[in-house]
Amino acid sequence: MSGDVLLDVQNLVVRFPVFGGILLRRVGEVEAVKGISFQLQRGETLGLVGESGCGKTTVGRAIINILRAMSYRVEISGRVLYHHASGVVDLAPLSRTQMRPYRADIQMVFQDPYSSLNPRKTVDQIVGEPLRIHTKMSRGERAERVRWLLEKVGLSARHVNRYPHEFSGGQRQRIGIARALATNPKIVIADEPVSALDVSVQAQVINLMQDLQQEFGLSYIFIAHDLSVVRHISNRIAVMSWGDIVEIGPAEEIYQHPQHQYSKTLLAAAPRPDPAFNRARRRS
Amino acid sequence: MSLPAAQGGPEGSPLLTIRGLRTYFYTESGVAKAVDGVDLDIAQGEVLGLVGESGSGKSVTALSILRLIPDPPGRIVAGEILYKGRDLLQLSWDDIREIRGNEISMVFQEPMTSLNPVFTIGMQVMEVIQAHQRVSKREAHARAVEILTEVGIPDPEQRMKQYPHHFSGGQRQRVMIAIALVLNPSLLIADEPTTALDVTIQAQILDLMLEMKERRAGASILLITHNLAVVAETCDRVAVMYGGKIQEVASIDALFDAPFHPYTHGLLGSIPSVDGKKAHRLTVIPGSVPDIYHLPVGCKFVTRCPYAFEPCPDIEPPLIEDAPGHWVRCHLYPHGGTPAVPPPAK
Repeated sequence: MSGDVLLDVQNLVVRFPVFGGILLRRVGEVEAVKGISFQLQRGETLGLVGESGCGKTTVGRAIINILRAMSYRVEISGRVLYHHASGVVDLAPLSRTQMRPYRADIQMVFQDPYSSLNPRKTVDQIVGEPLRIHTKMSRGERAERVRWLLEKVGLSARHVNRYPHEFSGGQRQRIGIARALATNPKIVIADEPVSALDVSVQAQVINLMQDLQQEFGLSYIFIAHDLSVVRHISNRIAVMSWGDIVEIGPAEEIYQHPQHQYSKTLLAAAPRPDPAFNRARRRS
Repeated sequence: MSLPAAQGGPEGSPLLTIRGLRTYFYTESGVAKAVDGVDLDIAQGEVLGLVGESGSGKSVTALSILRLIPDPPGRIVAGEILYKGRDLLQLSWDDIREIRGNEISMVFQEPMTSLNPVFTIGMQVMEVIQAHQRVSKREAHARAVEILTEVGIPDPEQRMKQYPHHFSGGQRQRVMIAIALVLNPSLLIADEPTTALDVTIQAQILDLMLEMKERRAGASILLITHNLAVVAETCDRVAVMYGGKIQEVASIDALFDAPFHPYTHGLLGSIPSVDGKKAHRLTVIPGSVPDIYHLPVGCKFVTRCPYAFEPCPDIEPPLIEDAPGHWVRCHLYPHGGTPAVPPPAK
């Protein structure tokens, strides 16, 4: 098993300082992630579920090492060991510049397809930007690859010169996925990638993500609150509560036989599209 | 205008009857026909789900019932909404204000924005009572304490002195339900009441709504949501909306066991399950929701329907009752007719 480990998170702790008073002194801290450990295998999807405020988004951001840029004086400890071709590197302490060589390998897909795409840039610029930063491709090569990526995510290559507002929510999320895949990443961290989409469009994007995973051998960390979506896409699942992983294991194992009380509560609360099941449950 | 036959509910004559409702928005981009001919019955004592995706017209239908459509740009251009024999669309502003809160009330999606941040919770609950009934402040206060206790706010006397930001999302939604139900209305319209909440809180709020309804004999709920699982959890009947029209109406058992409309089929197939066998791949409705300014002339679902045949693009199918209490708007029906393609199999 250890031969296939791609990412090894060890005892990750994230603390956000709280500032207060007139002088905005540090008056306390919030421990958002309380020493969690897990591994991500090559080619698998690890689902991260939990309710709002449980720390699941913070874990994703800590792995991709963008927390320091987002939050003043955030304290991160623990190790995020990334196993890449030429060895193992701990991403957690790296600065922005030090992180850059690895950033192409770990990409992110965001929840809100409206605010995560710059409205003033064309699709060509949006999807091509990671290529401009991380590769030495010529303008022509980049344009070529952007077209190829758009086709891969089910958009037309003719759309390269359009702006985000000309697309529907589902199409925008496809653009976000194309951007994430531009640099041929190994790991994609998807933070609630379908929760802002209409029900009928969610399934399209989930299927697309699964197809791309097959084709490119991607590993996903899939962060979501929707238990049915997480179960569908994940091989393994980590259930988070109050900054801690309370239970981690194979998806089916957790859904069929949850061990931790919190997992049980969460699963019991999930609404089912099955009237007969619900009646039986209400009676019991 | 001839009225189509009642869609029927569990018992008796409908509490609310909507016929031919059309609510349009006149904007610079053109006319958005958000609601374009809705027929719907809400029976006394039932919980009716109104399901649809964004832009299907479900919220505009709800706002039209209470005449809360912002005008301009919106206008109810046709139809009637009969409530206990009176057409709400013909009432004067004073009369419709009497209906709101007293007879029909509403809970909105955003518990963060639907309470006023600068007034205490107590003032906001008491305001509703005093606006509609001639009661003393002391009596209004007592009623507020009573209703907050009923919706499960602990220590209501103290909590009434606090502001909305002291309350969690779930508690705020409890307060909203208290405000909506304090005058004992006959119909509660809940528009995505749990969408902004976590699943465990969602379950509590849905239970609370049903519990409150049970305690009010004959009261009905119109639950608007995009989430079919929430409908299966709470409703007696369900109406599916798409493109400004009702596409299917049935009891929840009929709808979830044997849906008629290809759209309903697609929706049910696209939800992954929490229990049971894991689907290898989700079935998908191709394409996306059509542009509200350029809806198809015929069936609104024609652009995404795998079963579309000759009449679909040009002729709007009528809403017909193909099985007792099970209505559908689709050219594949009536069953036993001669559709060019077989109806979708379960």
